[in-house]
Amino acid sequence: MTDSTNTGGDVRLSGISKTYGSFTAVHPLDLTIPQGSFFALLGASGCGKTTTLRMIAGLEDPTTGTVHLGDKDVTDLPPYKRPVNTVFQSYALFPHLDIFENIAFGLRRRGIKSVKKQVGDMLDLVQLGDKAGHKPHQLSGGQQQRVAVARALINHPQVLLLDEPLGALDLKLRRQMQLELKRIQTEVGITFVHVTHDQEEAMTMADTVAVMNGGRVEQLGAPADLYENPRTTFVANFLGTSNLIEAEVVETGTDVTVTAGGGKLRLPADRCGADTRPGGKLLVGIRPEKITLAHADDAGAIADGRNRVTGRIVDTSFIGVSTQYVVDSPAGTALQVYEQNIERDSRLAPGAEVVLHWNPAHTFGLDAAQSMLAGTVSDAGVETVEDAA
Amino acid sequence: MRLLRKNLVVIAGLLTLAYMILPNVVVMVFSFNDPAGRFNYAWREFSTDAWRDPCGVADLCGSLALSLQIAAWATLGATALGTMIAFALVRYRFRARGAINSLIFLPMAMPEVVMAASLLTLFLNMGVELGFWTVLIAHIMFCLSFVVTAVKARVMSMDPRLEEAARDLYAGPVQTFLRVTLPIAAPGIAAGALLAFALSFDDFIITNFNAGSTVTFPMFVWGSAQRGTPVQINVIGTAMFVIAVLVVVAGQVAAGRRKRTDVS
Amino acid sequence: MTITDIPRAPEAPEAPPAAVRKSPARKRLVPYWLLLPGILWLLVFFALPMVYQASTSVQTGTLEQGFRVTWHFATYWDAFAEYWPQFVRSLVYAGTATALCLLLGYPLAYLIAFKAGRWRNLLLVLVIAPFFTSFLIRTLAWKTILADGGAVVGALDALHVLDVTNWLGWTQGDRVLATPMAVVCGLTYNFLPFMILPLYTSLERIDGRLHEAAKDLYASPATTFRKVTFPLSMPGVVSGTLLTFIPASGDYVNAELLGSTDTKMVGNVIQSQFLRVLDYPTAAALSFILMAIVLIMVTVYIRRAGTEDLV
Repeated sequence: MTDSTNTGGDVRLSGISKTYGSFTAVHPLDLTIPQGSFFALLGASGCGKTTTLRMIAGLEDPTTGTVHLGDKDVTDLPPYKRPVNTVFQSYALFPHLDIFENIAFGLRRRGIKSVKKQVGDMLDLVQLGDKAGHKPHQLSGGQQQRVAVARALINHPQVLLLDEPLGALDLKLRRQMQLELKRIQTEVGITFVHVTHDQEEAMTMADTVAVMNGGRVEQLGAPADLYENPRTTFVANFLGTSNLIEAEVVETGTDVTVTAGGGKLRLPADRCGADTRPGGKLLVGIRPEKITLAHADDAGAIADGRNRVTGRIVDTSFIGVSTQYVVDSPAGTALQVYEQNIERDSRLAPGAEVVLHWNPAHTFGLDAAQSMLAGTVSDAGVETVEDAA
Repeated sequence: MRLLRKNLVVIAGLLTLAYMILPNVVVMVFSFNDPAGRFNYAWREFSTDAWRDPCGVADLCGSLALSLQIAAWATLGATALGTMIAFALVRYRFRARGAINSLIFLPMAMPEVVMAASLLTLFLNMGVELGFWTVLIAHIMFCLSFVVTAVKARVMSMDPRLEEAARDLYAGPVQTFLRVTLPIAAPGIAAGALLAFALSFDDFIITNFNAGSTVTFPMFVWGSAQRGTPVQINVIGTAMFVIAVLVVVAGQVAAGRRKRTDVS
Repeated sequence: MTITDIPRAPEAPEAPPAAVRKSPARKRLVPYWLLLPGILWLLVFFALPMVYQASTSVQTGTLEQGFRVTWHFATYWDAFAEYWPQFVRSLVYAGTATALCLLLGYPLAYLIAFKAGRWRNLLLVLVIAPFFTSFLIRTLAWKTILADGGAVVGALDALHVLDVTNWLGWTQGDRVLATPMAVVCGLTYNFLPFMILPLYTSLERIDGRLHEAAKDLYASPATTFRKVTFPLSMPGVVSGTLLTFIPASGDYVNAELLGSTDTKMVGNVIQSQFLRVLDYPTAAALSFILMAIVLIMVTVYIRRAGTEDLV
């Protein structure tokens, strides 16, 4: 179904920003979304991701900056003149029109008379061939969602914008629709720009993810790259979970050596997003699933060259595929460790003295000048208070 | 020109609003008139005589008091009866529902003069003396449907789980009604009561048929349109307008302030 | 506060003896008790009068000797034959006023619902505010506004509007007062809020995202209005037109205060037959004919507009 009209090219945002009175929703932003990619804007509510999307759609006028589709400046075009379509949050299906007319709406507005074949094809694509005569309220949430996608896609837009399209669905349906949307995107080859607050959804579906926070893009990259090499504490905490340990640099080479809580840790210099002069401060990060947990009695069996932190288990929770441990140590409190449930060591119970060890190559370093809590759950509360003020 | 086209709706809307407000302005301005003859239709000169002596015309303030009295009782009666009907309609299943719904809808879908005339035939045939009571009966009758509609809308939008939650938290049926149902339905009941008061106070057609020699305020105005309109009518009209607007604005400001303190 | 400070949930009380327990039959009667007083009121003072009026309409007699039911249906025909111009006038005036209300009211309702922002409440108050002054006083104010030789009439004359309305028969010479135009103008004015409020309610209920979705799907502002906004506001249009047309068709206040003998509506006839001429059978018959016409028109209209959930 790759279409001949689909020759527009990239979406380019240059210096685009949006302010409401004294509140800045989006700080000046440069972003290029390559043609045919599945691009996700990820962030907590109020981070400016939806505003950015709406500026691409033309539903919001940017305060500064321009929006280009390919070579064409569309900044001043009203939404109904842009070759861009949106799948709205909670769908915005027209309640007075049936499914067929909802899907045909865009075609009819552009003066296309024979819509029957196209609408039929589109209904088949989203597997709703038998629902053409129904009204939106007669459909389930998942079906409404597919109608919303069909209604936008039938216009062969250069870019399809999706504003939290799966937010109203339950978990199982959401997973199914994620795969479905991914399949449709591959099939039609249109650029998808997807706004979501669900990091798993962004990582499953998108080729490129832009993590937004406070009206700025914190980091942009492929999901795996973002996860493995976060450059800010926000990204480290918002995408999955990170243990962050305050440390002081001792020595710098290809590896950086730091001290934390009396112990020495090493990490690769190229994974340090911060100044690594000896004496400088650093936040050392390690993902919970990269850590191996050993009982203190077995400390001798740990291979040389691995980073070690000693501590005491304060809590364990059984998740099924893994067990999550919370460990207090001199280097930091409430360190998270995920262990696969392959061979469970019955001594690893709350109160047990343990050694956490991991491959230094999995360690990353962040600038110590930022809040360690950015992007965590407790941080979210703080953010909403600021928004209200 | 482009600005004009873009704001066409705004301009048209404001013109309509001006059309609606203009008579009130005229009423207000002419309350300061000193008319030449018996009719207060043409401007002569500025005077505050009428404002200094609002009851200076025979029967004017008496008719006003009577109208307020009838409106108060009609509001009480219609609100009580209407609220009960609204609760029954929303909260219970029973037979003859359709018939009852039609009986409530019909008074609103009937030209007033038809209701007025038919009620008069009833009173004439029964030999009832026309006066205060026949007017009150008529007012409760036509206000009832409006109260039912207002309260019903509110009760229908109420989440039935709130009452279930109250019962779950050890509130008996009476407690549930007094502490949960009634407070939530209160805005609807208040809206219905206000509407009833306004309708009753301002009613002319039905009153005209069923009042006999009793003179309510609208009847007084009607009569004066034939005999001569005293400036005091404009004074009363202006005063009511100003008081009501002040009450509404004060209520809005209070509500706005409450909302703001709730947030912080 | 620790968990032990929280008072314990009360123990489940012993099941009451069967005799004390409310019988389900009594519980089933609750709605009927709630309905009884109000419905009785409507039956006695709304439905029963209709029966009396029906009976009066087929009576003959004189005021002195009293009226008796003689099944004299000819009264209907005689009344209609004599007063059909007033019926036609009522329907034409009420219809014109309703159309004008829709035309004038829609932009204001739209403005309040979508464009007013923080002025919304103020505008709503201004729409309702005229109600606070008795409508008779406000209708009399139109006598001043439309007075002969006044500013409004002068402006209409200067703009040659009067030439057109004279040609249409709406006005006479350089007068507006005591012409059909004055009556329609008064009717429109009196019932505008009844049009605006339902319109506003149904417009305000429209999800703003539907407008955005329409724009996103290549509908220009005009098309968005035609294809999305207006269809979705139909419930408001229907109830607004009914709330305007029904009372306007039976009104006699505007025709009396602003019109002349040539602008009498059927309401004027009913009123004078009942209260001045005291020809009760004719008045009752006229009232019944008016009711029948309005109910039939309303039923047909609601059917065609396809909106049943008005109440």
